[in-house]
Amino acid sequence: MLKETELKRPNRLNFTGGWNYDPAPESASNVKLKETYQHFINGKFTEPEEGKYFATLNPATEEKLADVADGSAADVDAAVKAARNGYNKYWSKLSGRDRARYIYRIARMIQERAREFAIIESLDGGKPIRESRDVDVPLSAAYFFYYAGWADKLEYAFPNRNPKPVGVAGQIIPWNFPLMMAAWKIAPALAAGNTVVLKPAETTPLTCLKLAEIIQEADLPPGVVNFVTGAGATGSEIVSHPDIDKVAFTGSTKVGKMIHKSVAGTNKKLTLELGGKAANIVMDDAPLDQAVEGIVNGIFFNQGHVCCAGSRLFVQEGVADTVRDKLIDRMESLIVGDPLDKNTDIGAINSQKQLQTINNYLELGLNEGGEIYQSSCPIPDKGYWVAPTLIGNVSQSHRIVQEEIFGPVLTIQTFRTPAEVIEKANNTPYGLSGGVWTDKGSKIFNLTSQLRAGVVWANTYNKFDPTSPFGGYKESGIGREGGLHGLSAYLKF
Amino acid sequence: MADRLDIQKTYKMYVGGAFIRSESGHYYPLTGKGGKLTANICLATRKDFRDAVTKARGAQEKWAGRSAYNRGQILYRIAEMMEGRKDQFIAELVREGLTKKQAEKETLATIDRVVYFAGWTDKYTQLFSTVNPVQSSHFNFSLPEPMGVVVVMAPEKPSLLGLVSSILPAIVGGNTVIALASTGAPLSALTFSEILHSSDVPGGVINILTGKTEDLAEHFSTHMDVNAVVYAREDESMLHQIQENATGNLKRVYHVWYKDWYSDEVDNPYAIADLQETKTTWHPVGI
Repeated sequence: MLKETELKRPNRLNFTGGWNYDPAPESASNVKLKETYQHFINGKFTEPEEGKYFATLNPATEEKLADVADGSAADVDAAVKAARNGYNKYWSKLSGRDRARYIYRIARMIQERAREFAIIESLDGGKPIRESRDVDVPLSAAYFFYYAGWADKLEYAFPNRNPKPVGVAGQIIPWNFPLMMAAWKIAPALAAGNTVVLKPAETTPLTCLKLAEIIQEADLPPGVVNFVTGAGATGSEIVSHPDIDKVAFTGSTKVGKMIHKSVAGTNKKLTLELGGKAANIVMDDAPLDQAVEGIVNGIFFNQGHVCCAGSRLFVQEGVADTVRDKLIDRMESLIVGDPLDKNTDIGAINSQKQLQTINNYLELGLNEGGEIYQSSCPIPDKGYWVAPTLIGNVSQSHRIVQEEIFGPVLTIQTFRTPAEVIEKANNTPYGLSGGVWTDKGSKIFNLTSQLRAGVVWANTYNKFDPTSPFGGYKESGIGREGGLHGLSAYLKF
Repeated sequence: MADRLDIQKTYKMYVGGAFIRSESGHYYPLTGKGGKLTANICLATRKDFRDAVTKARGAQEKWAGRSAYNRGQILYRIAEMMEGRKDQFIAELVREGLTKKQAEKETLATIDRVVYFAGWTDKYTQLFSTVNPVQSSHFNFSLPEPMGVVVVMAPEKPSLLGLVSSILPAIVGGNTVIALASTGAPLSALTFSEILHSSDVPGGVINILTGKTEDLAEHFSTHMDVNAVVYAREDESMLHQIQENATGNLKRVYHVWYKDWYSDEVDNPYAIADLQETKTTWHPVGI
């Protein structure tokens, strides 16, 4: 792999000039974590039936943060029963206005405890505090706030229809945005009048369990929100439970397809938000410095653990060398390290397993003949890390161009005409997102309207908002989350 | 006048704007009263279906790219052409066992349904789009876009109204369709394709196959270049199989079933929305 020193050219973005960043860690002293966390069922923390626990680690230090209950079929069954009871006895009897009041409470309590949630998110998941503090947590509160307001206005959302809640929703979320994914799932479900059983990912259960505290403090009726922790086996118990009316899953396309198959022939309603391999397209008239920032944000945001990450960079030939040089210079200035440090740009890879997956792809890239450039930034001794990586000399048929890596790894290809780049961008089974960089509005619309993807960013990337529907075409998923469209996933008509 | 010997029609399938026989040469006899042969009907094969998908895919982008107004006029033209040839539809439905009165009712209801959906082409986008008030400085909007190639498994009965009602929501929204006609009563579906041929519907936009569900359902639901399946039949176990097969490329599967295909609930724009993807665009504002 190439380091910048071997490129034999000066970096024009050398910020250090004899100065170094001092550590600026966010203090975790006011964060209180218990040694052990149980499931949250029927409004109470509940021992797992089989008494089994597993450890959740800090991926930046490989140290244990807490032990978490391992959910069995019996635990899932108890949670579904609680959710059914919560639906029949309380939630379905409340007016939309009262449901709204509870959801507003949750939003406000997340805001009140925002910093605590941000720190735990960074401890448990490895993401930089700058992101958990400025993106994950505020957006989570915003999703609850947005959907709270829908609870008493549902009859205006779908003209000439008569929306009814689906019942009990089983929800399974990934480890890349633990609290935010919980908010995306829970907020619209509750607003639409459903109760939920949610399983956070096994490597990042802590913010969900902290959210359980808020749900207790907000006095939600028992059983309306239930959390069962565990790995894939626990998730499949939720999906296959006969008393679940709706399944919502965010995660890999492979698991999404297994879930799709397992709900076939049932009357369970299904939404899937799956993988992606998004094209980020830079036209030759783009504002290049802004585009380089966008490329960096597109792929290195949250260590590239983002389903909509802009992992395939396409640059128009005339500016390809310039963009590549500017990008490498910028990558060299990125700080990889302690997620709790406010200067950190790229935190820890979420788990050892994911680190292995990414490293396998890097090896594959080398074997496929890719020219791999990696930032020469220092990397901590302990924990799981990958330096920001750019791979050139690749074409459409390379596996690193076709498959989702889910890490800070970007491939770069060039193109001459808009028609060529659209062909290349759409030539994938995925269709979640895409990016377009150009100075011309009409060009933006020309390209965005041809991309077969559910979310398209122009001169920006990786932006999210509760009012803005999100979700994929083709094998990137079924249904939308967010906005008015996101409500229909939790209603029957 | 002395009895004149009729000129009988060879009924063919309609694929890519051409009237074709099955590549296999296979057929099934359609019989009327007393077991008398009504017509020999093509038995579509996997190969016929695959060819139809190629044609439908080839036509999709252009069909979706036409203006909504133009699509509306073309669909309205279908109704005009049917109105002029309604006697033929009625006669065919009668040959397949309906009474004159039933056949008339079905034909007229079909024409009315075409007119109803023709009117949606330039309206559903307004209904299902949103401008989203995001916090950042972006003009953020969500629009429906066609899913692509849609397979329609039309109901056995009512053979004409059911077929047309289950195709319309797909093509109004810019999708292209491969439809399997009623096995027991395919005549009016095949005559419907002659209407399509003469009403400016571009070749490949609607393709009509005849044959048996049990031969074709697996291929319909496993083909990797099909985006959605509309299953407008009652057999739950076949539906289950289709849903399972659809996992391969995450086809969207819709079970469309109406107890009464004549009812107003079939006149429903949400059926168009079901076959649309939502695209959200973030357009910069300010710089």
